[in-house]
Amino acid sequence: METEVKKSLFLATLFTIFLSIMIWVGSRNLAHFDAALVGYTFASLFAVFAIVYRYVMWLHRPPTALYWRRGWELMFKREHFFSNLKFLVGRIVTIIGGNSFIWKRDKERGLAHWLIMWGCILAAAITFPLVFGWLYFLVPDGDLTSYKIVIFGFPTLAFKIETTLGHLIFHGLVVASVLVISGVMLAFRRRMRDRDAAVLQTFSEDIMPLLLLFAISITGLFLTVSYTWLKGYGYAFLSIFHAITVIFTLISLPFGKFFHIFMRPAQFGVAIYKKIGKEKMARCIRCNTEYGSEMHINDLMQVQKKLGYNYEMTDGTGHYQKVCPRCRRLLLGLSQGKMWHGPSIEKG
Amino acid sequence: MTVSSEMAFFVDANRCIGCQSCVQACAECDTHKGHSMIHLETIQRADTPQTVPVVCMHCDSPTCAEVCPADAIKRTSDGVVQSAKKPRCIACNNCVLSCPFGVPKMETKFELMMKCDMCYDRTSEGKKPMCATVCPSQALTFGPKEEIIRQRESSTPVNEFKFGNQLIKTKVYMMVPKTTRQNYIDVTASMYDSSIGQSMEEHLEDVSLDFLGGTNG
Ligand code: SF4
Ligand code: SF4
Repeated sequence: METEVKKSLFLATLFTIFLSIMIWVGSRNLAHFDAALVGYTFASLFAVFAIVYRYVMWLHRPPTALYWRRGWELMFKREHFFSNLKFLVGRIVTIIGGNSFIWKRDKERGLAHWLIMWGCILAAAITFPLVFGWLYFLVPDGDLTSYKIVIFGFPTLAFKIETTLGHLIFHGLVVASVLVISGVMLAFRRRMRDRDAAVLQTFSEDIMPLLLLFAISITGLFLTVSYTWLKGYGYAFLSIFHAITVIFTLISLPFGKFFHIFMRPAQFGVAIYKKIGKEKMARCIRCNTEYGSEMHINDLMQVQKKLGYNYEMTDGTGHYQKVCPRCRRLLLGLSQGKMWHGPSIEKG
Repeated sequence: MTVSSEMAFFVDANRCIGCQSCVQACAECDTHKGHSMIHLETIQRADTPQTVPVVCMHCDSPTCAEVCPADAIKRTSDGVVQSAKKPRCIACNNCVLSCPFGVPKMETKFELMMKCDMCYDRTSEGKKPMCATVCPSQALTFGPKEEIIRQRESSTPVNEFKFGNQLIKTKVYMMVPKTTRQNYIDVTASMYDSSIGQSMEEHLEDVSLDFLGGTNG
């Protein structure tokens, strides 16, 4: 077995065991673990295993490995650490919090993504701790109008049930479903109307994830409707259907589109790499203009070599990577023209 | 839908008259609407009227895709190297700096690399890419290979390019003289050339002869 496979399997197992232990400990030896939710737990454990496996395999690709190494190295460089931290906080707020760059790409796309993302974050923040038994509610002694939130077995704040806060806490998942459904509708609208989406989208990569999110949210909403207004009509069927959609989604997290959730934070590593790289720019050996950071150019030469490319000049005078993109385009025209028009004018 | 294997893309920079039609038309394509992906370079304005239209050459082994840390660039089964996948691209610039032809563009505000995708919405439906549809001098042509070979008597298409020690094979062809003995274009051979040494008159002459089916093929 290749080393990266071994390493990925090892880390995937380690993380899965770690989550299992956390479930055991957090639910106080499973005392607060709801056996009815065991299917969700196993699906989550599978998802963690497969996500870590794929992530570690991904980190082994030469360009990814490089950014991973450099990103951490530069982040913790003493002279940059505090400015990095400040920079990162800003980027996290605008990029994760606001999805700023997606809005700029397209407003409808931005809104759809923002709604789906926040709906999912809210739903995950509520459901995972409940499923793993890390969170449950307790009726404080003799007070039937309140609930106490218990986290990891430690009692925390209490709240009145019939208050806005109480309603929000108990209807968090309804809010999440509404956000997700609205986002999914917008995304479907765009996918049905945009010609570029129509030509490039595939069912498994683009449509299926939206259908799954929709199915989870709508069945979740119906569950609330069923127990609130219909005296539990169809509850058993709905809860099984809901569980199937959630389990299927959890299992599909490591594959296809959802995996971008785990890949995207690399954007922050890249941002730091660019920020620090700017301090020393490289100049094109042909036109002498700045075209990239020196660190980046040198790193790319290494990456290309690892990938089996050899862009060294035949006469050993340098490396093609040291020519800027514009000069590369000019060279293409010049060399084709030269074949038509014979010898060229030498520069200088 | 995929691009038919019968059809091929041919570039003859030598025919380019720098009219900018391709630049305008490119932005009309639905897969990159509003963004022109073609590069139209002026070699050395003071010395020569020579211009070079550069599209993605759709490499068989695309350096851009292999250096991408986010696996954002995919080559479809028809050999077209697609633009970056939006959910994946982390705007690292690796592809921009690695493409031997200098093709990908970084759209900084979108944090997204965008590049020529041979107007996939059109070519996958059997239409021509926008640039090849409008190019008046046929510096950019899209059609069956046999037809081009038949029509352009003095030139022959090649799709291998040398950059230092690296040979890159592409889906897109470039036209070279039939008389040439080299079956590839040595791009780095012109490393320190500033222009091909054509005067404005010579250039215009070439282009007009071209239209009459003359020397340039
Ligand atoms: S020409 Fe550049 S952008 Fe196009 S496939 Fe080749 S390496 Fe990628
Ligand atoms: S800019 Fe985007 S597409 Fe290009 S190499 Fe980086 S992540 Fe990949």
